[in-house]
Amino acid sequence: MELHVSARKQLGTFRLEADFTVDGSRTGVFGPSGSGKSTLLNLVAGLGVPDSGRISLGGETLFDSRSGVHVAPEHRRIGMIFQHAQLFPHLSVHSNLYYGYKRCHPAHRKIRPDAVIDVLQIGHLLKRGVANLSGGEKQRVAIGRAILSNPRLLLMDEPLSAIDASLKFQIIAYLKDTCAVFNIPYVFISHTLLEMRVMADRVLTVEDGCACRLVTAEDLARGATKDAGGYINLLRLASPARAGDVHAYQWGDRHLFIADTGEPPSTLFELPARDVILFKKHPEVISARNVFSATVVKTFDMGVRQGVELQCGSERLIAEVTKKAARQMEIREGAEVHAAIKALSFRPLG
Amino acid sequence: MLEFSPSDYSAILLSVRVAVSATLVSLPPAFAVAYAMTFKRFRGMLALDVLVNLPLTLPPVVIGYILLMLLGQNGWLGKWVLQPLGIQLIFTWKAAVIATAVVGFPLMVRAIRTSMEMIDRNLVYAARTLGAGWFDSIFTVIVPLSVRGLIAGSILMFARGLGEFGATIIVAGNIPGVTRTIPLAIYDYVSSPKGDAMAMALCLISVILSVAVLIVHEWISRRMTSRRA
Repeated sequence: MELHVSARKQLGTFRLEADFTVDGSRTGVFGPSGSGKSTLLNLVAGLGVPDSGRISLGGETLFDSRSGVHVAPEHRRIGMIFQHAQLFPHLSVHSNLYYGYKRCHPAHRKIRPDAVIDVLQIGHLLKRGVANLSGGEKQRVAIGRAILSNPRLLLMDEPLSAIDASLKFQIIAYLKDTCAVFNIPYVFISHTLLEMRVMADRVLTVEDGCACRLVTAEDLARGATKDAGGYINLLRLASPARAGDVHAYQWGDRHLFIADTGEPPSTLFELPARDVILFKKHPEVISARNVFSATVVKTFDMGVRQGVELQCGSERLIAEVTKKAARQMEIREGAEVHAAIKALSFRPLG
Repeated sequence: MLEFSPSDYSAILLSVRVAVSATLVSLPPAFAVAYAMTFKRFRGMLALDVLVNLPLTLPPVVIGYILLMLLGQNGWLGKWVLQPLGIQLIFTWKAAVIATAVVGFPLMVRAIRTSMEMIDRNLVYAARTLGAGWFDSIFTVIVPLSVRGLIAGSILMFARGLGEFGATIIVAGNIPGVTRTIPLAIYDYVSSPKGDAMAMALCLISVILSVAVLIVHEWISRRMTSRRA
């Protein structure tokens, strides 16, 4: 579903300028707080009216200042998930879920309520009021409510920022699963790089009211390393097996040994690029549990350090070394190196 | 034992009737004004605010006199709108309703606004993105969430209506059985010799009505609190 926006909006002294076309199912909008991300989403949803410009979705014009078109939000079939769940406090969970479904034209009702309730695991909450739900439960009901309105596009305005860190990845899983199962394209807003990388393929960056630059989530992560704590590898690993005091995870055609953190075996791990140590020759004896050979695919500038993209069997990994070390080790494209990672360097995300 | 005369009974009934009618008549416009002042930004907002709150600061007698000038036979509304339609308002119980409604209007608007201001605007946005039109969102989100204010405002208006004196006596007069409400009847008894006992009796009726209204209000709000929890 192609979303095209070229619009301007003045709000007091703040000016938003947007000009982009996205055609993916997993789009991110990334930028610092107050950069105009929410304003942009409101314009797309029809909750705000641009001063001038044009907005279209799947070829249908939603707003055009020249021909005077402004489709009301209730007719756009664009769902929205808010920062705080925004459940209707006077209605039960069941009535909240069905609010949009009942108002959806029968011809558009493709998603079955019981299927959504099943995926989100909220069947046991239906008869409850919304006041005494936990934060995670509220957001799950809000996701269900938005999905059940059978939208063509789902907008998510920082849906994870009001949720406990420990629950974040649980909600991310629900968000991704429901959108994948019911095939709903989404636009996901966040100011957190990690969320962006997990949720989005293509990312629209918003800075100082300008929403014009589209990059891939991976490029965004590499470009944003100068100020943050360096590049973070995200590894999705499956089928762990116990190997003494560590877990052995399948990683492409190899195994990664990851320290047992006591939590249930995770699937998504963080690995800071600076924790990957490179050797020119195979280190015979070393305390790190993971040592493997790799080929340098690419090097790139990371401010004071050098980013090194490694091909490890079928998988890729980014290492970070100082520029001096990179010169001494003669790291360049095609060079063969050995990488070592401690089992303790991996951080489970959930 | 004191005996109420038929005109006393009709004064009690009329008081209740005027207060109830004024409340019902005021609810829709008070809701609309509170909604506009809470959720909309428009030119003339300050002017509307002042106009709505003016009856709170003006002496009721002044309000009565302004209404008389507006609605009377030579009044701007009376001459050009009411008379051609054959409507006679002044010195009827309907004039008492209008006087009561105008005097109590700011109280009602304030009560509704207080509860409306607690509604998160995003709830309305959520309703709109879920397919609810503007009217739909008002009746399924804003009305239910400001129901406390609607009830509190109605109670205030009703209670204020029971006691309305100054504006009523000017636009509706003090005609026994037609426009004489409890306060007017009390005034009559007090100013006539040997009327003290009857005045006291009607005062007692006023107290009973007011206490009943407050108890009903308390009961409703407790029920609502327990239901929401």
